Amino acid sequence: MTKADDSFSVSCPTPKNELTMVKLGHGSGGRLTDQLIDQVFLPFFDSEQLLEKEDAATVFLDKDRIAVTTDSYVVSPIIFPGGNIGSLSVHGTVNDLCMRGAKPLYLSAAFILEEGFDRESLETVVRSMQSASKESGVVLIAADTKVVNKGCADKLFITTTGVGLITQSKIPSASRAKAGDAIILSGDIGRHGMAIMAARHELEFETTIESDSAPLNMMCQNLLSIGDSLHSMRDLTRGGLASVLNEIAHSSAVGIEIDESTVPVDPKVRAACEILGLDPLYVACEGRLVAIVEAQRAEEAVSIIQASPYGDGAKIVGKIVSDHPERVVLKSVIGGRRIVDKLSGDQLPRIC
Amino acid sequence: MRYVDEFRTEKRARELSREISRKTRQNWQIMEVCGGQTHAIMQYGITDLLPPEIELLHGPGCPVCVTGVEIIDKATAIASQEDVILCSYGDMLRVPGSRMDLLDVKAQGGDVRIIYSPLDCLKIASQNKDKKVVFLAIGFETTAPANAMTIKQAERLNLNNFFLLSSHVTVPPVIRRLLEYPDNRVQGFLGPGHVCSIMGWSQYEKLAEQYKIPIVITGFEPTDILEGISRLVSQLENGQAHVDNQYARAVTKEGNKNAQSILEDVFVVCDQAWRGLGLIANSGYRLHQKYARFDADLAFSTNNVPVLEPEVCISGDVLRGIKKPLDCPAFGRECTPEHPLGATMVSSEGTCAAYFRYSRLDPKS
Repeated sequence: MTKADDSFSVSCPTPKNELTMVKLGHGSGGRLTDQLIDQVFLPFFDSEQLLEKEDAATVFLDKDRIAVTTDSYVVSPIIFPGGNIGSLSVHGTVNDLCMRGAKPLYLSAAFILEEGFDRESLETVVRSMQSASKESGVVLIAADTKVVNKGCADKLFITTTGVGLITQSKIPSASRAKAGDAIILSGDIGRHGMAIMAARHELEFETTIESDSAPLNMMCQNLLSIGDSLHSMRDLTRGGLASVLNEIAHSSAVGIEIDESTVPVDPKVRAACEILGLDPLYVACEGRLVAIVEAQRAEEAVSIIQASPYGDGAKIVGKIVSDHPERVVLKSVIGGRRIVDKLSGDQLPRIC
Repeated sequence: MRYVDEFRTEKRARELSREISRKTRQNWQIMEVCGGQTHAIMQYGITDLLPPEIELLHGPGCPVCVTGVEIIDKATAIASQEDVILCSYGDMLRVPGSRMDLLDVKAQGGDVRIIYSPLDCLKIASQNKDKKVVFLAIGFETTAPANAMTIKQAERLNLNNFFLLSSHVTVPPVIRRLLEYPDNRVQGFLGPGHVCSIMGWSQYEKLAEQYKIPIVITGFEPTDILEGISRLVSQLENGQAHVDNQYARAVTKEGNKNAQSILEDVFVVCDQAWRGLGLIANSGYRLHQKYARFDADLAFSTNNVPVLEPEVCISGDVLRGIKKPLDCPAFGRECTPEHPLGATMVSSEGTCAAYFRYSRLDPKS
């Protein structure tokens, strides 16, 4: 093959792609979302916390340090195998707090309801929000409801905001990964995305894949016991494992190497991805995390995750390196290497 | 997973890699015809397992990439009409037309839908009798039979609101076109496995003989591709030029007769405009006269607006294998998967998109 143009590097200026109109892909969590945020929002809001682009912001209130995060849920369909928009709206927000080492305490929730939405489905959603909150140890302390004309929303959209307390001094951050660190994945990938796809009847075959939607508060609390050796935690959501690894590589200015053969994928998820031509590395999860841990304590961290709820499939899948900064490189199952880039748009819209 | 895992083992890949290195003595330029093969080469890092003498050229076998800009312009014009639901495969929505793509039409309120199976269009047509459902049907000989089935089924269901906008292409004429360019660099082909599972490999004998070029019909798993390369190198090093079938588990000499007879019934061969390559004689399919009532070309009149292509885009040269994406001044700058200038940056099977996604900055690319 021809030699790469040396003048081309990661730092080359962002292409002059002006955003003139919002498209579905801007909500994907991929590079188009970055474009939307960078071009339209950050020029007006530039707080230190927003610019860090972490899962949750951390601020001091007097002497206490808290974590705050907010997220909207527009998943379609609202009820899917393994969960519904209610449990998802708790898990997603709780997990974002946990990724900063916070103990989740309080939630607020705003509901946008479409005229004509039936009470039974609404109660199903609210009931699972209740049990998800209980399991996650959070209390709903503020809420709002709005109703819009039929067609102006799709059944139900939920926005939740979470507040948690941070007690340790060193906070896990996507910017703290260091060369030599181990990359631990808490379980198999891609279940949520494929479960949603199946629920939309977009698969031409029957499958029993269930979403992995789950709260990771216990797992994260347990992991904090290894102290400063825990450098970063990120939960895998839209864009899957590939996007999270790219975010860490970028925030920490390090390279990442993963071994494809060590990344666990359930055979049913793999089969569905194979048929649809999707790459499991990019398929959404809602109950998995990546932890970046000092190599000496990696085995211990794996045991801690394995002993925690939803963590029995944890394993080391790669390492942080000083080569190829800001690049995620994968060793393929046949031993070749390739770059794993962030997706442009989404493989599937409205997944969470 | 059976029929998959056994073709993705590191052990077998290393064996084949050693075998190729052992028998390669000269420099060879090999073109894989299919976009699916290009994708696998990038996805599995297959070039890492090849000796430096072997150069892979990526062919014009991504149907999304070669769909003429005229067709995209027509599809966007039809999709903008009020009573229309336009259906196509996901990647087609992002292919730039002269002025807009189908996602632009969708964002402006047009009803544009992604389908996973062509027969989904008929379901949509049955459920929306007050709308005209238009299927932008693209593809090589592999996809064409399933697209043709929509016409047979639409007739059976007596649908009068279903239309097909046909942009089908076929492989042998484009191979011929590539070989006739005076600056052709291709010395051997990895032939299109899935196309041949439909059409059989006998069509390729004439090409091999006339142009004295070896063709190995090849599958899509990584060890298929390595084995295809190995067999091709054997022929090249020994001065042979015939058709060999690596993908015997799916391909026969005659192909799938049922699929071929549906194609013959529904379509007729026509000249076709390929994006980046121009008009190629007898390289496409259009609907047969007897199915004219389903023909979107006849049912919709659209203004013929002049076609615009960005001057900087070299996708035509990329499709011919004479340039690599990294030779393009716009690659990764003005042209990215978020904002593609040419179709080769759109589809995951497109050479530029595959390079962007998998091999940027890799010193070996």
